[in-house]
Amino acid sequence: MKFKSLGLAALLLAVWLVLYVFLLSAVDGLVYGVLHLEPGTRLTSALHFFLYEAPKVLLLLTIVVFGVGIVRSYFSPEKTRKILENKPILLGNILASMLGIVTPFCSCSAVPLFIGFVEAGIPLGVTFSFLIAAPTINEIAVVLLFGLFGWKVTFLYVSMGLAVAILAGFVINKLKVERYVEDWVFTIRSQPPEMQEEQFRLDDRVGFGFTQVREIVSRVWLYVLLGIAVGAAIHGYVPENFMASFMGKSAWWAVPASVLIGVPLYSNAAGIIPIVHALLEKGASLGTTLAFMMSVIGLSLPETIILRKVLKLPLIFIFVGVVATGILLVGYFFNAIM
Amino acid sequence: MTIKVLGPGCTNCKSLEKRTQEAVAILGVHATVEKVEDIMHIAAYGILRTPGLVIDEKVVSSGRVPTVEEIKELILGQTARASS
Repeated sequence: MKFKSLGLAALLLAVWLVLYVFLLSAVDGLVYGVLHLEPGTRLTSALHFFLYEAPKVLLLLTIVVFGVGIVRSYFSPEKTRKILENKPILLGNILASMLGIVTPFCSCSAVPLFIGFVEAGIPLGVTFSFLIAAPTINEIAVVLLFGLFGWKVTFLYVSMGLAVAILAGFVINKLKVERYVEDWVFTIRSQPPEMQEEQFRLDDRVGFGFTQVREIVSRVWLYVLLGIAVGAAIHGYVPENFMASFMGKSAWWAVPASVLIGVPLYSNAAGIIPIVHALLEKGASLGTTLAFMMSVIGLSLPETIILRKVLKLPLIFIFVGVVATGILLVGYFFNAIM
Repeated sequence: MTIKVLGPGCTNCKSLEKRTQEAVAILGVHATVEKVEDIMHIAAYGILRTPGLVIDEKVVSSGRVPTVEEIKELILGQTARASS
């Protein structure tokens, strides 16, 4: 029983591969063969989209969450804090943004993490780089982007997210905003708990992968299905180029409007990306769409409310303002080059 | 013995509280299980990730939800340390 998780993982991986490889032919068989639907009609197109994309995205989600679960078991906020201590500003921002991607993080821990970083003497801007990158670039976003758009858009989104996190953190450093942090943060003097690093075997780490899959997939599957259903409806019923006039390149106000709508909207990546996919397909431009998506995922109302416990109101506005400006610039940039 | 579950109320925090109560019931030890939801109070323990588990003011786990079996061992470990 020593390598229980490893054995199970190998078996499930084989099953996964078979499902993934035969999915398209199975859906084709079902839609055209069993249901005898006529190819090319709106209903067929919407139904086929849903029946193919939904299992495909769920399959991809499972495997990536599993892989990321294993990778994350090598990282912890404690190790990340150690790496970020005594680093010069810009290097600190870069490292914090990259570590934000791989360090396990949930926005419910944003406050303890913020305090722990501040107490260790890590500059505020560096801490913000971490807090921006961690939710924006997450495995769910990456899977959905890859599954629906391919690796190019995924790469663009990830590098754009990194750029925003690094620059926003860098700017916040320059603004000298320490006085807008709630005073109790500096006086709390917490006791760092004396826990030794736990030792894990590979089998334990594979076990973490399974736990992650159970937790994350059970939390987001419904959003994925809903998102894909809306996406399927847009795919089948909205006319080609319908979105071009609102969200196309020629509409200069489209990027700021997308960010303004996106910031208060809150959804996890799972729900928003299938919708974004359909928008893009109907003529919305890439920069505008990515800006919309990033402001929905990266800046969320619940997280800002949580952070209000440690940040005074002006700093909340500075934080949201700087990040939103970053997203805006990137949106225009992509519209200009694509 | 006082056991504290640190967490602002996310799903993980709730399942940690449930498992802790289960572990206490199985062991039959005399312990109070307390939920700490105040974020300032949580931060004072110096953990970077919720949920946290504190036994007799010592942080024994943070950032994950240990199994009932693990929690039992953590409780027994602390009792052994206290009596020695």
